[in-house]
Amino acid sequence: MSLELNDITLVYPDGDTRLTALDSVNLEVPQGSLTAVVGPSGSGKSSLLAVAATLITPDVGTVTIDGTSTTGLSRGELTELRRHKIGIVFQQPNLLPSLTAAEQLQVMAQIDGRRPRTARNRAMELLAVVGLADQAGRRPHQLSGGQRQRINIARALMNDPTVLLVDEPTSALDHERGAAVIDLIHQVTHQQATATVLVTHDRTHLTAVDQIAEVHDGRLTLSTATH
Amino acid sequence: MFVAWRDLTFAKGRFALMGTVIVLITLLVGLLSGLTAGLGRQNISAITGLPADKIAFQDPAGGQDLSYANSTVTQKQWQQWSKAPGIESAEPLGITTTRATAGDNRTAVSAFGVQAGSRLAPESSKIDDQSVVLSTAAADDLGVNTGDSLTLAGQQLKVAAVRGDAYFSHTPVIWTSLDVWQQSAPPTGGDDGQTATVIALNTTSKADVAATDQQAGTQTVSTDDSLSAIGSYTSENGSLQLMRGFLFAISALVIGAFFTVWTIQRSGDVAVLKALGASTATLLKDALGQAVVLLAGGTLTGTGIAVGLGALVAGSAVPFVLTPGTVLIPAAVMIALGALGAALSIRRITSVDPLTALGSAR
Repeated sequence: MSLELNDITLVYPDGDTRLTALDSVNLEVPQGSLTAVVGPSGSGKSSLLAVAATLITPDVGTVTIDGTSTTGLSRGELTELRRHKIGIVFQQPNLLPSLTAAEQLQVMAQIDGRRPRTARNRAMELLAVVGLADQAGRRPHQLSGGQRQRINIARALMNDPTVLLVDEPTSALDHERGAAVIDLIHQVTHQQATATVLVTHDRTHLTAVDQIAEVHDGRLTLSTATH
Repeated sequence: MFVAWRDLTFAKGRFALMGTVIVLITLLVGLLSGLTAGLGRQNISAITGLPADKIAFQDPAGGQDLSYANSTVTQKQWQQWSKAPGIESAEPLGITTTRATAGDNRTAVSAFGVQAGSRLAPESSKIDDQSVVLSTAAADDLGVNTGDSLTLAGQQLKVAAVRGDAYFSHTPVIWTSLDVWQQSAPPTGGDDGQTATVIALNTTSKADVAATDQQAGTQTVSTDDSLSAIGSYTSENGSLQLMRGFLFAISALVIGAFFTVWTIQRSGDVAVLKALGASTATLLKDALGQAVVLLAGGTLTGTGIAVGLGALVAGSAVPFVLTPGTVLIPAAVMIALGALGAALSIRRITSVDPLTALGSAR
């Protein structure tokens, strides 16, 4: 199992009281499968993604990424785990304005201490996967919203992650472009054999997923998708 | 430096503006350093050029500071020093500022009186009660050469030689005999024998300076420490060094302010990179590298312009000294202090929370 959340509880301080964002959540995502996390705003979807991304440490429970438990790991060790095992596709593309499309991917190799030039081939390969090989030299302001989101996806795949976490990737796109992005995520999940978690509020995308996790008030209910 | 290099070329306007500020501050620091050294040399070169490691002054009364202007030593005192153990040489040196004329040319000079054959003066074998040795600047100001005549404080004297570029208190030096100096200097009211201003000493490790000071009624300091006894040097050099210090501090603050704003502006990008797995150390190295590149580029350009302008004015009446010390040291200090200012600013990278990259607010 590439991603396992076991009995996760996360509590936030909320004024004088405490708010339970995740309540005894269990989730297993196998390699090469796509799990959609759905639920209303404030239900705990983003918290679940942040815990899976090792950006928040849960109050209770364990997170296991590709067989490695995150419990007790230092901040540096978590950063390294994130760098090598986890790909994150942000809700907004969050591309760096000074970098070209190819460099947005090469920077992943650079933060891993590899020479960016040697990563050029891999970056071009991934840009071809997302259909943007001919846009490699363009900067974010020269690209459309859909193109930026595709680069966001390609960047997340640059270090060959075993877990791919995707946060509302279609929220800023029209339906047609949104559907294309979901198709792409479905495609790369199977091609790259990642354990993918897709947080979305749009139920029309659920036909492409293998497992659905409904979150309500921090509690999670699993169901298998019917294609 | 992957992102840092690309930021430098992408945000050209912002970095060019900051680079220009660094160039201008460096230019100002470079020119001020050259001027400080030039003015300093015109104040002290006659003293720093003396073949002596210590200077003995008349012990000032009532805890007053040592002063070349107020010191008078007697023949008895320099004889005491000559006989003291560990003293290789103890030579009297008279110093006074007076006026010299040659034809229609008049100039203020410092008369340095030495004994016949003293090692303190250049070409001292040619110095006697009728002949003097002029520094180049004194000869130029008076328009005289070897063999010409001049009048020093009413005494008609012959130029025996022109040698060296000694200056004291912004006036060129004329080396005279001790008797000629004594007639040029204001009366000291001392004893009937010969007097001088200070005693220039060459000592060995065996010298008991404190004991001899007590015995002779003198106060001895190293040649370098004696520079603070030149009133004009202390006040002038202090003011210029203060200005230079302020410029260094201002440059560090300006650079710090720029990188503070820059780091705040790109904190979103930093959060994304952290979320993607960049370590804080990598991001700090990247940001500091960017600051050092900007600083080094600006400082080198500013230093280059300062060297060019310095070379233009160095031969003129402006006292400007162009040496590695006046060029490279201020540049190195600028880079070091600027990097410190930048380092203090970019440390806020450590507090950027990668979780903010997951929000939709960006």
